[in-house]
This record gives sequence, C-alpha cells and structure tokens, in this order.
Amino acid sequence: MKWLVLIVLLMPSLAWAGEAKLLAEDPVAETRLKHLAIELRCLVCQNQTLADSNAPLAEDLRREVREMIAKNMSDQEIIDFLVQRYGDFVLYRPPWKASTTLLWIGPFLLLIGGAIALGVALRRRGQVLADAPVTDEERRRVEQLLSQGERRS
Amino acid sequence: MKRFLLPLVIFVVLIGFLAVGLTLNPREVPSPLVGKPAPAFRLPQLHEQDKTFSPSDMAGQVWLLNVWASWCGGCKEEHPVLMRMAKAGEVPIYGMDYKDRRDEALTWLRRHGNPYPLTAVDEAGRIGIDYGVYGVPETYVIDKQGVIRYKQIGPLDDELVAKTILPLVQELRNK
Repeated sequence: MKWLVLIVLLMPSLAWAGEAKLLAEDPVAETRLKHLAIELRCLVCQNQTLADSNAPLAEDLRREVREMIAKNMSDQEIIDFLVQRYGDFVLYRPPWKASTTLLWIGPFLLLIGGAIALGVALRRRGQVLADAPVTDEERRRVEQLLSQGERRS
Repeated sequence: MKRFLLPLVIFVVLIGFLAVGLTLNPREVPSPLVGKPAPAFRLPQLHEQDKTFSPSDMAGQVWLLNVWASWCGGCKEEHPVLMRMAKAGEVPIYGMDYKDRRDEALTWLRRHGNPYPLTAVDEAGRIGIDYGVYGVPETYVIDKQGVIRYKQIGPLDDELVAKTILPLVQELRNK
C-alpha cells in the first residue's frame, strides 16, 4: 500500500519530465528565454505571450530564440531579429515613436482631462451650495429631524 | 437640454471610435518587410525533391510567393482564386509549402489542382519566420529586383486580385 501511494505521488513528476528537460540542459539560457518570451507577443494568439502560447509558431519562435541565445546574441539583437520580421507588434511594450505617441501619452491626457473636469464640477457645485441661504425656520426643522433620527437609532 | 450636449458629444465620438475599431482586422499586422528585399533562401522543391528553389531564380520577373499548407483552412478557401489566376497566366505564382508533410501536400495539390509552376518546401518553418509568416495563407508580391512590394495575410479573393494585386504587378512590370 505504501508503495502504491508513493507511485501515485510520483506520477505528476513523470508528466513534468518532458517539459523540464530543456531547462536542465542549460538553466541560464532557459531563464533568458523565459525572460524574453514574456516580453514578446505570439502572433497567432495575439493576446498571449510567446511564453504562454502553445501555437506551433510560438514553439518555432521559442526554438529560434533558444538558438540565438546559444549563439550568444544579446537580448536587444534577438528582439531586433523578431521586430525586423514581425514589426513592433511582437513587442508587448511598443517603442516610443511618432506613431505611438498617442498610445503612450493618451492615458495621461485622459487622466488630466478627467481631473480638470472633476475640479470644474466640484467648484461649480461649491458655488451652488454656498449660494443657498438657510432661514432660521429651516435650521430648526433640520435640528428637529436630526434629533428624531438619533432617537430612532 | 444643454447639460446633455457634452455627454452626447462624448458618446458619439466614442461610438465613432468603436465603429472604426470593428471594421479593422487585428490579424492584419503591417509587415515591416514591405519595401525590403525578399529574404534569401534555397529550399527543396515539393515535386522534385533533388531540385531546389530560391527567390534569386526569379530575378528580373515580377512574381507572387504564396505560402500555403495542406492543413490550412484558409488555403482551401483561397485555392480556386489561385487556380483562376494560374489559368489566366497574368503573373507566376510560386508556392511555399509551410510546416507540412510532403505526402499530404502532394495529395492536396492532386485533389484541388496545382496553380504553382513549382512549390518550395519549408518543413521546419524557418524560412516562414524570415518572411514573418504567422497566418497562412500569405501572399507576397515580389518585384524584378527581388523587393517585397505587397504582403497579403489571409486568403486572396477575386476582388483583391483584380483591384490591388494585378494593377500592382502591372505597375511593377512597367518600371
């Protein structure tokens, strides 16, 4: 019985063996691949990184990146290789260029716009409230209502 | 009434953006290869394995490189268009069989017809990477100097061929 439990417990590790092999070959290269692959987009499933995707193209590209790492190419050289072929779209962080300016500063413009709109709205409301005069009669009524509320709670 | 004007304007602008967004195809990634020399390769041919094909063989001609595979659904859709183009003979279409099995590719061509004077075989998909292939079928228009002038991602259709591809081929020929 003990043996059976042990075998069952070991089974998942068997399933891992196939995938982990490459890591064991060269841990440094595999760390670099992982590091690069999360920055790169898989072009087949466009919202997945190269690290996540199981598409055949992603596998090929990982192989290509692995080979470039083995050739001792720098991260920048590897990224340039892919950008030359697939364009900036492979990068999850688009570069700062004339065509991407709006992409980069757009959110901040929206934030500033929102802040200005909020400021204007608050100021306007402040004026509206300040302009409302309260008579003594109304003040007494307010106090009466508030004391009623206190008693209830 | 006036207080609704600004939200309405914002709403209309937003709808405008979304409407344009709906008509765009996220699969159409502008290729950085257009205007650049077609990457060199020498690959074995599909029918005659001991012979090879290289884009340099086509120097001085305007031609199409069509990347296809027997496993690719869009290729089936595109195939009749290619067959019609081949029959009309306006521009030579060379095939590149991408990440495919030779026997399946040959069967596929036998069944659906072969529009290509010859097909090169990129079994490992390495040349595909050089050409930035990510969604077969893809078609490249390559000019006399071997420069890529146009890239179509996804199936060709008759309209695209008549309105874009053939006029471009004609223009490149006259250069």
